[in-house]
Amino acid sequence: MIEIVSAERCVACDKCVLACPTNVFDRGPGGVPVVARQEDCQTCYMCEAYCPVDALFVAPHTHPLPAGSPLREEPEVAGAGLLGSYRERIGWGRGRVPGARLAVGPDLDRAGPAPAAGRAPAGPARGARD
Amino acid sequence: MRLDADVLVLGGGPAGAWAALGAAEAGASVVLADKGYLGTSGAAAGGGNNLWYLPPDPGLRAAAIAGRQRLGGLLTDVDWMARVQEETFRQVNRLASWGYPFPRDASGQERRSSLQGPEYMRRMRRRVHRGGVRILDHHPALELLADEAGVVTGAAGLRRQEGFARWEVRAGAVVLATGGCAFLSRAFGLNVDTGDGHLMAAELGAELSGMEFSAVYGASPEFGNHTKGLMMQYATYYDERGRPLGTAGPAGRDLLARRLAAGERVFARLDRAPAALREAMRRSQPNYFLPMEKAGIDVFTQPYPLRLVLEGTVRGTGGLRLSGEDCATTVPGLYAAGDVATRELVTGAASGGGSLNGAWAISSGTWAGAGAARFAGTRGPLPPPGALRPAGRAGMRPGGPGVGRAEVDAFVAAVQERVLPLRHNYFRTAEGLTESLRLLDPLWEQARDRLGAAPGDGRTALRAREAAALAAHARWMYRSALARAESRGVHRREDRPAAGPGLAHRLLVSGLDRVAVRRDPVAPRLLTGAGVP
Ligand SMILES: Cc1cc2nc3c(=O)[nH]c(=O)nc-3n(C[C@H](O)[C@H](O)[C@H](O)COP(=O)(O)OP(=O)(O)OC[C@H]3O[C@@H](n4cnc5c(N)ncnc54)[C@H](O)[C@@H]3O)c2cc1C
Ligand code: SF4
Ligand code: SF4
Repeated sequence: MIEIVSAERCVACDKCVLACPTNVFDRGPGGVPVVARQEDCQTCYMCEAYCPVDALFVAPHTHPLPAGSPLREEPEVAGAGLLGSYRERIGWGRGRVPGARLAVGPDLDRAGPAPAAGRAPAGPARGARD
Repeated sequence: MRLDADVLVLGGGPAGAWAALGAAEAGASVVLADKGYLGTSGAAAGGGNNLWYLPPDPGLRAAAIAGRQRLGGLLTDVDWMARVQEETFRQVNRLASWGYPFPRDASGQERRSSLQGPEYMRRMRRRVHRGGVRILDHHPALELLADEAGVVTGAAGLRRQEGFARWEVRAGAVVLATGGCAFLSRAFGLNVDTGDGHLMAAELGAELSGMEFSAVYGASPEFGNHTKGLMMQYATYYDERGRPLGTAGPAGRDLLARRLAAGERVFARLDRAPAALREAMRRSQPNYFLPMEKAGIDVFTQPYPLRLVLEGTVRGTGGLRLSGEDCATTVPGLYAAGDVATRELVTGAASGGGSLNGAWAISSGTWAGAGAARFAGTRGPLPPPGALRPAGRAGMRPGGPGVGRAEVDAFVAAVQERVLPLRHNYFRTAEGLTESLRLLDPLWEQARDRLGAAPGDGRTALRAREAAALAAHARWMYRSALARAESRGVHRREDRPAAGPGLAHRLLVSGLDRVAVRRDPVAPRLLTGAGVP
């Protein structure tokens, strides 16, 4: 769930308010978004991808983290290089190569360890699960 | 707010985006309204899509159809499958020509069979916008509008970021592209998919098909929700004491479900991934690896606990029945595309979430958009807005004063209690299904008669309508599941573990107060002939 909005980094662009599919944010004082409805967060990481200044952090948990959890603390998350990490991985932002361009991955339709592949019909017909 | 258009598209996932393009390219004026935001909302934006993208090699395509019809329990239609192959190939190549950054393999060849979610949907938004489509983000639709003859002539909903004011769009035809239904399970990106479109269509008498194929769960870490299945092919499962249990695949899924349903924990470790592949794996699916890294888990060396999250009819196959190649539903003026439509024609009883659903969203979206534009073009002047009948009832027009948020939340929880647990939905029995329906039928009556928000409480209004849609969905699923007294594809009947010989046909379901199931008079049409297994 969304855990961190960095007021220090935020440039009040409203992108996250618009992009969040479940309307979790409200525009707050000075334009810095507030997490108005954390319980509606579906942990989809989209706000992280759209924030142009890496001000947001979505923890991978589907429940709010307890007080004291390091993933709620901006200095620790920033220190671990995790602020804006989704945007970085999908290669969005100036000077980056789109992650889609690099997403060659293993040859997923044909390769794969024998036991899994052996059970499925051969060739591209198989269609791996996502 | 009132607008007019030739075609109104409801939903802005891939199906809605391709439908809007299809309609606009046919010359129609188009409005697209999404509950969330076109670009981030829906299953594909979060999850990404591998695609049924096959070059026009007849042998290859026929083999793919043969393989999938077998996997799909022989409920498929060969013509629809061939059309999807053709259309997907054409449209994905257009996507490439618009500049989608497909990866290249070692030989320099572009690989066009996989789309990264955020990149794909951001580009679709741009394209739709450039096509002249008016995009309304955060405009959930609540109900359809019909003319005197019952022809769909628009829709209405709420402006979620403008004080929940009402919007109405009058249109010559409507495309439903509202996705499947994952019952607010918090599955990856799926809480927007609550089956609203199915309910809207059923209120005007639409039929559905394949709703028994809805018991689909995805494996995610226990603490989270990213049900990315692809990498699991490299996993070994372990029990709590570190003893290996087996590997992923159909048998692994069963084992996982059985153990988890029995309250035993299961752990996964991707230790079967060759070391040389690991870096490429990380790069190809950040939405699987990054959450694990954030949680401090190295999936190649550390076993992590799993759970199964319901994905319902998103990665199941049931949805609105289509009555023609243009993706018309059984209601005049109403078209359906993507997960809101039945995908049995191409995936049969097997999950299409793995290459077929994404291809279906592209193809059916294209056809539905063009079909809706054609239909709109045949209509004369539309009746004045005041003459249109708003068709919404359950969850939005209660007989009484409406209820508060707490009561709506309790209602949702009551539906979820019969639908989310593996023991009720994955492991089905006649007895269990009957008991679920005994509890769900009065919930539907409650949705119809009592559920709805007090005036001014827009957020509750939206959830109450979603809640009614969940109840309707659950009843269609379980009535169909009772009627299919066998196991086939993702529909598993513990009391009927084998496929029944007389049941190799599709099942149609319809109705809200009284739900009725019947055999589809249209029989599956299979690829036959030499070399077909
Ligand atoms: C984790 C995951 C991985 C997947 N991987 C693959 C894969 O590899 N290959 C594959 O083929 N398929 C895959 N799928 C399935 C595929 O993503 C879907 O089939 C596809 O996204 C369907 O497109 P859609 O537009 O019909 O629905 P969605 O993408 O779900 O979009 C539905 C849209 O409708 C909107 N909406 C809902 N209700 C309303 C309303 N009342 N008013 C207005 N708008 C509304 C939503 O906001 C949303 O934008 C995967 C699914 C998941 C969950
Ligand atoms: S993770 Fe998704 S649902 Fe949660 S706040 Fe960000 S965009 Fe919204
Ligand atoms: S997207 Fe980032 S910079 Fe823009 S308002 Fe949100 S947090 Fe602030």
